[in-house]
This record gives sequence, C-alpha cells and structure tokens, in this order.
Amino acid sequence: MDARNLLDLAWLIPALPAFGAVVLLLFGKRIGEPKAGWLATAMITLSFVASVIAFFALRSLSPDQRSNVSQGFTWIQAGTFRVDFRFLVDPLSSTMTLFVTGIGALIHMYAIGYMHGDERFSRFFAYLNLFAASMLVLVLGSSFLLTFLGWEGVGLCSYLLISFWFERNSAAVAGKKAFITNRVGDFGFMLAMFLIFQHLGTLNYSALGSGEHVSAAVSGLSQTTITAIALLLFLGAMGKSAQLPLHIWLPDAMEGPTPVSALIHAATMVTAGVFLLVRANVFFELSNHAGTIVAWLGAITALYAATVALVQNDIKRVLAYSTISQLGYMFLAVGVGAYSAAIFHMITHAFFKALLFLGAGSVIHGMHDEQDMRRMGGLRKFMPITAFTFIFGWLAIAGVFPFAGFWSKDEILAKAWFGHDYGLWLVGAAAALLTAFYMTRQVWLVFYGPERFRDAAFLAGEEHAEIATQVEDAGEPEPAVAAHGAGGVHDGVEPHESPWTMYVPLAILAFLSLVGGFLDLPFVNSKLNVLDRWLQVPEGPVAPHFSTALLLSIVALAIAVTGIWVGIGVYRKGLRADGSDETVERLGGFAGVLENAWYINAAVAWFVSGPATVFARFLSDGVDKRGIDGAVNGIGSVTRAGGGGLRRLQTGLVRNYALGIAFGTVLLLLYVSTRVAF
Amino acid sequence: MTALNYPDHITATYYLILAAMLFTIGAVGLLIRKNTLVMFMCVELMLNAANLSFVAYAKALNDISGQVIVFFTLVVAAAEVAIGLAIIIAIFRRRQSVNADDVDLLKG
Repeated sequence: MDARNLLDLAWLIPALPAFGAVVLLLFGKRIGEPKAGWLATAMITLSFVASVIAFFALRSLSPDQRSNVSQGFTWIQAGTFRVDFRFLVDPLSSTMTLFVTGIGALIHMYAIGYMHGDERFSRFFAYLNLFAASMLVLVLGSSFLLTFLGWEGVGLCSYLLISFWFERNSAAVAGKKAFITNRVGDFGFMLAMFLIFQHLGTLNYSALGSGEHVSAAVSGLSQTTITAIALLLFLGAMGKSAQLPLHIWLPDAMEGPTPVSALIHAATMVTAGVFLLVRANVFFELSNHAGTIVAWLGAITALYAATVALVQNDIKRVLAYSTISQLGYMFLAVGVGAYSAAIFHMITHAFFKALLFLGAGSVIHGMHDEQDMRRMGGLRKFMPITAFTFIFGWLAIAGVFPFAGFWSKDEILAKAWFGHDYGLWLVGAAAALLTAFYMTRQVWLVFYGPERFRDAAFLAGEEHAEIATQVEDAGEPEPAVAAHGAGGVHDGVEPHESPWTMYVPLAILAFLSLVGGFLDLPFVNSKLNVLDRWLQVPEGPVAPHFSTALLLSIVALAIAVTGIWVGIGVYRKGLRADGSDETVERLGGFAGVLENAWYINAAVAWFVSGPATVFARFLSDGVDKRGIDGAVNGIGSVTRAGGGGLRRLQTGLVRNYALGIAFGTVLLLLYVSTRVAF
Repeated sequence: MTALNYPDHITATYYLILAAMLFTIGAVGLLIRKNTLVMFMCVELMLNAANLSFVAYAKALNDISGQVIVFFTLVVAAAEVAIGLAIIIAIFRRRQSVNADDVDLLKG
C-alpha cells in the first residue's frame, strides 16, 4: 500500500481508544475487573502500533513531502467559515502520537495493578481511554478548532479523573479547580482563534506554513496582530501546561489516582500547551516580543516551582512542582525559538516523569496509601525494583550524564546561552541546581536512611501521634485501620514490592530514561541530532563553537552533581533526630513561604473571594437585576401601560366606530382634495 | 328615446347635489340615532345616494359602466339587508330592545 493511503488511516489512532472508552462506559460493569483494564490497555496499545506504522509510513516519504492531511468530512460550515474533520500527520504530530500512546499504554497497564479492587474499576479505564483519545485528537487535528476539540476533551477527562474518588471532598474540589483554571486558559485560546479567523479566514494549520516557509497571509499581518495572537495562544498554553499564575490546579490534581497523575504530567494534558505553541510557531517567530515574554515566564516558573518543591513533604507534591518546573524549561525553549529542544525535553520529561510518578505510586501502594515522605525511609530493601527504577528517574531529571534529562535540559540552557539570553540561562541553571537538590532529598528520604515508618516518634504531626497512642492503648492493634485510617503506624504491615503489571512499566520507562537522550545528540554535523532533523521545526540559535557547547554541558553537569552532592550531604542520615527537616530549619521563616507556594494559591483565593466576588455581586445585583432585568421588565410594563390606555378606544358602541369611520373619510377626502388642488 | 331625456337645463350637478344631501342625511342620521332599525335605513339612504351619483355620472360621461355598478350595489345591499335585519331580530329576541348603545359587550 502507498504510504499516503496508509496515512489516511490516521483516524484509527484516536478512534481505537475512543472505541474502548465507549465500550467500557456501556458494558464496563459486565466486562468486570481485570478484563476491563486489559481491554483499555489493548486499545491504547493498538493505537500505539498504528502510530508506529504511521511513523514509518511518514518516514518513507521524502522530507519535503512529510505532511499528510487525511480525507475527512466537513464538520462545520457557516458562510465562509468552514472546518473539516481531518487529521494531519506530520513529523510533529507523529512524534507526539508515538509518546502519547506509548507512555499511555504503559500507564494503562500499570493502572491495572494500581486500581485493583476499586469499585469503579471499569469506569476508570473508560476515562483513561477517553483521555488518551482526546489527547490524540488534539495532536492530530488539522486545524485549530479540531485541536480545541481535543483540548476541551482533555480538560473534561482531567476533571473526571482528578475527582475520580469524589467521595473525598478534596478530590471533588481539586477536579473543579483544574477545570475552572483551565477555562481561563481556554478563553485565551478561543480569542486567538477568533483573531486568526478574522485575519486569515481559516483555522487550518496548512494556512500558516512553518519555519522558514511562512505563508504570505501570515507574514502580511501587522506586528500587533501577530503578537496578540501569539500571547493569547500562550495564555491558553499557560492554563493547560500549568505556567504561573495558572499553575495552581496542578499540585491539587494529585488528588486523583496516581496513574492519572502520571498520565496528566507525562504524556497528556500538560504537554498540550507546549505542543500548541510549537504547532503555531510562525506567530512566535514573527513576533518581536512574544518570545521574550514566553521565555521569561517559563524561566520564572521553572525557578519558582523548583523552590516550592524544596520543602514539600508529600511524595507526589514534590513531583507535581517538579513538573511545573520542567514545563517552565519547555516554554523557555519555545521562547528562545528552540522548538525542537522544547519537544525533545517534552519527550524525555515524559519518560522520566512517568517513571517517577509510577514509582511514587508504587511506593504509595506498597506503603498502604502513605504519601508523607517523613514516614518512609530505607524502602530500597523492601521494594528493590521500584527503588532501582526510581533512581534512574532521579538521575534523569537531575541532568546527570548520560541520562535523558541531561541532554534535553542542557540543550535548552545552551540555546538560551547561544541566543545571548544570559539572564534566562542563569535562572534556568539555578532551577536546575534546585531540581537536583530536591530530587536527591526525595530519593534519600524515601529509599535511603533509617526506616521511619515503624517509629511513631518520627511522626511530625501531633494528631498522628495521638492516634498512634490510641492504637497502642487498645492492646491489639488493627493493621488495616492503622494503615488506611491514620496513615501512621504500620504495625505488622511491612512495605512490599508491587505486582508485575506495575513494575514492568517501571522497568521499560527506566530504560527509556536512560537512553531517551540519544534521540537528539547535540553534535550538529554528525547526523546524530535525529529529532532536530526529523521534526522540521525551527531549532533556534546555534552554537558558535563546539567548545562553547561542550563547556556549557560541563557546567550543566557540574550544577547537577553539586545539587546531588549537597542533597546527599544533608539527607544522608534522613531527617534530624527530632524529626525536623534540615532544609526547612535552615531556611527558617522563608520555609513557610515556600510551603505555601509563595502564597499564590492564597492570593488567587483572596482575589476570587474578595474583588472578584464584589465584582460578581455588582454584575448580579447592579447590571443583571437592575440593568438587564429592568430593561426586560420595562419593555413589559411600557407595553402594558400602552395597552391600558389604548383599550379605552374600544368602547363597544357602534356609533363611536361609525363616527371614527366618517371622520377618517373626511380627513382622507381633505387630503385628496389638497393633492388635487396643488 | 327623446321622451325619456331630461330637460337640458337640469344638468348632472343637480343630481350630484341631491345625492350629497341624501348622503349627508344618511350619515348624520347614522351618527345621531340610537335605534338600530333607523340606523339601518340611514345606511340604505347612503348607499342609494351613492347609486344616484353613479347614475348621474354615467349619463353625464356617457359611460354605461356607472349603471352596471349600481346593479352590483343593489345586489350587495339586498344581501346586506337580509343579514342585517336577521341580526337586529336576533338582538331584539335576546334583549327586548334595538338600542345600539345597549349592545357594547365588546367594550375593551
């Protein structure tokens, strides 16, 4: 079969998981526990196979032919506005589908073990499949609107999955928070689409061009319009990809089951924003200032989230802030024009972040729903596979040679340096140092040091100690209550390694975290920069000399090693003897600021409950009730009064009507006679 | 046909003035009388005033269509009388009165 015919079947890639979702929603209960999970996994795996076939079909075409818009149907037609339901397969979307489906499949498989025994087991997999399908529509859409369809689908699924355990109020609230915060970004995306349609008359990506081949229609736009479109698209991306100040939903998204966290953080959802900016890179290339804003906001987010991650005690919250931080790097890359570097980091990040999240989930699972790192320690003896793979993820995110994160993070920082944005480089490097430190802290608190989970004295919170004494007083401790209820003392319940469906994905991801960096080695003339040449998006500034690049790499490696070395030095013996945290103690009062994430959450909450509520009340009472309702009621009462006046004319007396007719006739005759006379 | 000819000094104007007088009597009678039967007769008077002017113009302009219209008017008036009288009788049966001012159920 011809490669293009094969690429026309790209609709199968999102259709397979969508089909799985429909089947599971309708018949999930009847399919039952393990089978529902395996069905969902099979669907996403088939989708991965389809993506691989599409990749090879695309690769068989010559480089300038590598863009295929499949046959489809007209989705919306209104006047000159027309949107087709077609899928675009090009190197960018092909790359995205590969890692979305690939990592998605591993997470699905992992979830079979993780969600074991949940009463809504099949429902969970229906949502997971729908999530993947939405993300694939987002990635493969041939127009902004089709991408937006997937974009909203991802938003919906994130809401459903984050609040999956909606019996817990915090989960329900977190789901709403994610959804509403994302709506703020969506608003920017929609305004950008309106602007694009107003000026270009179409929403198809093919009308934009890419890289050096910018279409005439786009390059003819005014600088103001281009910058406005770019910044509005960036606002959309900020919501989905959790950039300051719209990042607040992401740490709370930890309320969802851990596979969901992994899916949101690694393969789907948060990568959507970066993808959108890379897809629409022409606007950022042409705009004079949009790139600078994006880069700086990304850099500040990277540093901000890294500082917050320093003092978090929840094993998943550390990872959540590290995701925000790593996404900041990707926006930094987009901002300096290094789009392929952004995608490269997105891919490697997907590998090691999925690994870290699934590893954290394995720890939580093995510790019987314990998430506080202060009550862990020494777990490598109990869960060797999890510990071993987690260490791979740690080295990758910290940026240690030759793990994946080293190559991608170094490339981004190097691009900032080559573009003479030394300030950006400095901020990024500082964030890298902190990243290495807090990840070391996490690894040492969880897997090394003394085993604190048996020792009630290490419990920091007083309420836990209280419960612990109660259990002791009762004479015969109940393990289940102790483990799940108090989350404190694990008498008689030792941490255990997870089932094979959980550690096999960990092993695969660990391998990918090790070798993922070789996708795009920074030796420009060696043809080893595979991804750069494959993606066909702008690469940004290039190295003036190879020695500069080499020096920067060595500096980056030194930063990573410093962070790790300091981290090990501080946490070699775990927490202090009194159970307090060395970092928190050293930071003093500032630790409180960091623990509260610089009070941005509180600031947003204050704004929402303060001025925003006042404004909403003004709109409700003033504008809506008085203005709009007043106008509507006013029209009603004017009509009523008018009718009341006019009804007096209807006397019911025949002679009055006759008089009216006679009078009218006289008037008409007078009028006619004047017309005749003059 | 000379025997039927009008004297030459009686022109159409006379007939038109007569028609106008008849019409005015009818209209004023319609407006000031309360008795529906009388009002009805006033309407007939107005109709026939109009007929008279049609005929007068037909003669003056030597155009037969004026006389044709009179026949239409007569036919319509006959139908109208039949219906109108029936309504008046129906009203009288219900109310023992033919006073127009008593019939005001359609008052707004």
